[in-house]
Amino acid sequence: MTNPKTIIEKIWEKNVVFEEPGKPALLYIDLHLVHEVTSPQAFEGLRMKNRTVRQPKLTFATMDHNVPTVHTNIIKDEVSKLQMDTLKQNCEEFGVPLAGMGHKHQGIVHVIGPELGLTQPGKTIVCGDSHTSTHGAFGALAFGIGTSEVEHVLATQTIWQARPKTLNVKVDGQLGTGVTAKDIILALIAKYGVNFGTGYVIEYTGNAIRKLSMEERMTICNMSIEAGARAGLVSPDQTTVDFLKGRKYAPEGTLFEQAKQEWLELASDQGAEYNHTVTLNASEIAPQVTWGTNPSQCISVNDKIPNPNTAKNAGDQQAIEQALQYMGLEADIPITSVPIEHVFIGSCTNSRLRDLEQAASVINGRKVNENVTAIVVPGSQTVKLQAEEKGLDKVFIEAGFEWREPGCSMCLAMNDDIVPAGERCASTSNRNFEGRQGTNARTHLVSPEMAAAAALAGHFVDVRSFV
Amino acid sequence: MEPIKQHTGLVYPLNRTNVDTDQIIPKQFLKRISRQGFGQYLFYNWRYDEKDNLRSDFSLNSPKYKTASILVGGENFGCGSSREHAPWALEDFGFKVIIAPSFADIFFNNCTKNGILPVVLPETEIQQLIKNAETDTYQLTVDLEANKVTDLTSFEASFHLAEYPRQMLLNGWDEISVTLTHQDKIATFERKHTVY
Repeated sequence: MTNPKTIIEKIWEKNVVFEEPGKPALLYIDLHLVHEVTSPQAFEGLRMKNRTVRQPKLTFATMDHNVPTVHTNIIKDEVSKLQMDTLKQNCEEFGVPLAGMGHKHQGIVHVIGPELGLTQPGKTIVCGDSHTSTHGAFGALAFGIGTSEVEHVLATQTIWQARPKTLNVKVDGQLGTGVTAKDIILALIAKYGVNFGTGYVIEYTGNAIRKLSMEERMTICNMSIEAGARAGLVSPDQTTVDFLKGRKYAPEGTLFEQAKQEWLELASDQGAEYNHTVTLNASEIAPQVTWGTNPSQCISVNDKIPNPNTAKNAGDQQAIEQALQYMGLEADIPITSVPIEHVFIGSCTNSRLRDLEQAASVINGRKVNENVTAIVVPGSQTVKLQAEEKGLDKVFIEAGFEWREPGCSMCLAMNDDIVPAGERCASTSNRNFEGRQGTNARTHLVSPEMAAAAALAGHFVDVRSFV
Repeated sequence: MEPIKQHTGLVYPLNRTNVDTDQIIPKQFLKRISRQGFGQYLFYNWRYDEKDNLRSDFSLNSPKYKTASILVGGENFGCGSSREHAPWALEDFGFKVIIAPSFADIFFNNCTKNGILPVVLPETEIQQLIKNAETDTYQLTVDLEANKVTDLTSFEASFHLAEYPRQMLLNGWDEISVTLTHQDKIATFERKHTVY
């Protein structure tokens, strides 16, 4: 009997090209996802040194960060247009498949990878984007890289990596009604801080994780980077296999059966050891709302905004004071008393069909509050089409939401979807950093259900009692 | 990239924790397709007001720090987005060394690929350096060959950097060229490796 191993060790051993003692390993990359913002300098680097893309077939590009979500055929911003045109030219020149503007598979890179079946258990996946951790939901080792590393992977299909430490994040217990995967990851970061995962690859385990759908697992893995971990994953199981069957790039027929066998064997063995373990009881979680300028500055919807005078040290006190000042909030008031002007339902965290269905289910014939501008941005063309087939677009539009074209949109506001200075947004995205959704914009991270409820009420409400 | 063996420079103290890469360089400046010219946008929302005028109340705008090349910051420096534009902006602005109690993983990597030396020192020593640099014009010497940080008087601290990025920085190697010397191993691996 061999030693029990974690899935992280199994993927690592499968993909190491070679390794010398005391040095990082050369790790083979099975899927390299590319988008317009972090790739132009990498392709230019190849061109300057007369290098080629080693494995164009293991590379897949799309446009998401910059794309407009209205009037997608006219890109007003010349600089954005040049960046998108540059990706198109680079893909043509280097033979990289591209789902660009107007393509039926265009969408947020972390939404289309899974929906096309490109994302599979056991794969090593990189992208010049920190939310590449999303793909870990399938039991892939997936992490974000910088542009120099994008160039390196394009040229060599490998990356130098030190063997990661492993962190078991064990979530047991029954999630309450109205409490979501988003609330699990926000509660974890609130409990353990924004860097408890730094230097680790996280594996999410426990019966609460096992019960989640693939979409929900993606939401959790997506925000691993907000806990400091470059990668977070879930061991594959029947839920994973069922999701992948029949997807465009998933194996078919007997090859699928063979792959399925290998995928299921990748799951962490009973008794496998981790460098560190933390736990969370899902049954104790309420819907979460961030109040500050990093994702750990987060409270339950029924809590009050913290007072800097109760901070445990001077550093924390300063951080709370700075966050309250930026957010324009007073200490000790209930978060439910805070009015909002904007709602954003979208992003690689929460823009999949299930997210939109959950948000729509809250509406119940009600209208968006007159003081609120609310937009829904599906994660991909496929999500948009599926949602429209189910009539979700009509539900949202009738309630007063805007129904937009797919892209990263207001998550990082690189396109025209910007929250104005001093205004407040309930957002299903992943980062509440200063200026993230616009200069001096104020972001509160919530689940799709909580965002929809806030849109209707005009302030934060506990979605569990908002019927 | 330029090798970095030893660097002496003026210290700029940034006494904040969790400085994220959105703060280092906001998204509106990520649309450019070159690697150059990002320094002017460094810490944009802190350095400039709504009318794009320099803020007098942000310390980096003070003439005192005009030639700073060593940034001393708080824990979890460089968290968030993987944008390499962050080290490009720091480097273009003139920073060669970042010293902090801890760094986010992707940012740390990105620094070492761009000739910026990230140095981890304990929180107590960081606080001492920040205090010195806030009260006075303060210089440090960072010696990567000796793994030491010293000032002109009594401060001396050792730091550790993994040998691989250390050698890359000391020698200024092009990482792709190094990897391409292992092309035969990659090709052998590819012949037996299945990707569905």
